[in-house]
Amino acid sequence: MADQMIRTEGLRKSFGKVQALKGVNLAVEPASVFGLLGPNGAGKTTVVRILTTLLAPDEGHAEVAGCDVVRDAEPLRHVIGLAGQSAAVDENLTGLENIEMVGRLYHLPAGEAKRRAVEILDRFELTEAAHRTAKSYSGGMRRRLDLCASLVGRPTVLFLDEPTTGLDPRSRTEMWDIIRELQSEGTTILLTTQYLDEADRLADRIAVIDVGRVIAEGSPDELKTRVGGEVLAIRVADRKRVGEAAGAVLGLGPGGGAVDNNTGEITVPVGDQGPAILTEAVRRLDASGIALADIGLRRPTLDDVFMALTGHAADEAEQPPKENGKRGRRGRRG
Amino acid sequence: MSATATAERTFGTEQRFRYAVADGWVLTKRNLVTYVRKPDLLVFSTIQPVMFVLLFVYVFGGAVRLSLPRGLPYVDFLMPGIFVQTAIFAATQTGVGLAEDLKKGLVDRFRSLPMARSAVLSGRTLADSAAIAFQVVLMLIVAVLVGFRLHAGVSKGIVALTGALAVGYAFTWMFAFAGLSLKSVEAVQAASFTLIFPFVFASSAFVPSSTFPQWLQSWSHVNPVSIWVDTFRDLTLGPLNPAGENLMTHLWQSTAWFLAILVIFVPLSVRLYRRT
Repeated sequence: MADQMIRTEGLRKSFGKVQALKGVNLAVEPASVFGLLGPNGAGKTTVVRILTTLLAPDEGHAEVAGCDVVRDAEPLRHVIGLAGQSAAVDENLTGLENIEMVGRLYHLPAGEAKRRAVEILDRFELTEAAHRTAKSYSGGMRRRLDLCASLVGRPTVLFLDEPTTGLDPRSRTEMWDIIRELQSEGTTILLTTQYLDEADRLADRIAVIDVGRVIAEGSPDELKTRVGGEVLAIRVADRKRVGEAAGAVLGLGPGGGAVDNNTGEITVPVGDQGPAILTEAVRRLDASGIALADIGLRRPTLDDVFMALTGHAADEAEQPPKENGKRGRRGRRG
Repeated sequence: MSATATAERTFGTEQRFRYAVADGWVLTKRNLVTYVRKPDLLVFSTIQPVMFVLLFVYVFGGAVRLSLPRGLPYVDFLMPGIFVQTAIFAATQTGVGLAEDLKKGLVDRFRSLPMARSAVLSGRTLADSAAIAFQVVLMLIVAVLVGFRLHAGVSKGIVALTGALAVGYAFTWMFAFAGLSLKSVEAVQAASFTLIFPFVFASSAFVPSSTFPQWLQSWSHVNPVSIWVDTFRDLTLGPLNPAGENLMTHLWQSTAWFLAILVIFVPLSVRLYRRT
């Protein structure tokens, strides 16, 4: 027990009639990155709000850094940092003023608060913008400033609530580098994300959360193994024929398959019969005269895992998959 | 680990009080900086009462004057009402400011920090009271320019202005409650006006309430805005106050209303803040 940095048991929380959490158990090791992965409305933010003392659970209990989130809320606030969608910066203050203010609220003496602010801003390359009001910052800069604010108290445990949502690809990569760096310094990080590739790249362990429940937990590799062996991925040249191609190949593997309506990619889990199924798929598609843009066997991504675990894609929540409809953006490995 | 961490971080009452003051001050400064950086807010909320003064003095003034005692200029009658109105309107900023901070997630940030729980509210209401003081003083200058004079001496005049500021302070807590419960800037703005209207306008603030129909007079009579305005008229008009100079009675009634609002809305707001 003492060697877990975060531990929750049977967390439940309802908002009116809506059960946001239906008994969440988590265990996070010190100095690890733990990914809480799930679609919008799965309950990720509620978990973060409970663990950062913003919200009391209805049932169950949670400990962070040895402090009970309800009983020891006050001492706990000294050792945690929170950034992301549920925390923010004051856009009428300059970058420096924002961080200094947070330092003062940690009860650092004025000189120390300023010194630390300068140091943190420098580390995240905000020195040049330090004397500009945060209003003038780009999305990526704002997110970095927000992260700076969460680091002022030198937290043992850092909570990042969707740290890259809404960021452009470059800022996103920068944020990933920062997260890895913080981990290497010994900070325990719990991050929530709806992007499977993000969890895959950053997290040591991942809990997949869907409608208030953890439906799977493990390392990215363990989760991928759950899909069972390899995946056959097919891209047809003519997007209009995706449906037809899917009809031809979906029955080939031991367990169904899926079509990503966004990219037109057809995936079929193939277990250990990869080459045989690949050959058969090529034969069938060729016979139907469907030209291929790409075909190959690959290790399953977390997209495949999510599909296998929930029966729906990560960004589809509860709705049944539509055939050719346009949907929102979807995090995929590049 | 848990036990030692708890022991180290739990503070005595005196230390808590010191942190409450220090943290409240940090946030007061933060809110004041916002007023300075977004001057349009203060400018427009000052222009409005100035327009009210001009409207009342020059448009309605001639007509209202007929129902005032002879020798009492309307502007002298009007200004105590304008001071109270200015203070109450300016206090709505507390609700707007809190709703903005909630929406932007700043309140979440503050609540995740090891700072005094009271600081967000005390910092907000204090900074807004400073803005109210600024506006009341500005209104005094405008008033003097359009002919306002103190009839009962400068020191009593200062008491009246301080009183108007106190009224504003009490209302910041009422609007803090509105801001925390409604959580949306637009809703707070709409609700504030609805809340203010029966208090400010159905009172003796702008016209003598003796011209009201009976039922409205009964309301105006118990309306705290009327009581405050009548008190401040005692302090600026002296015996010329058409409501009859009755300083001692008015003073304790005014104080009682001031305290009543604080006693109700401070705990309500604090409780709501803890739960938001």
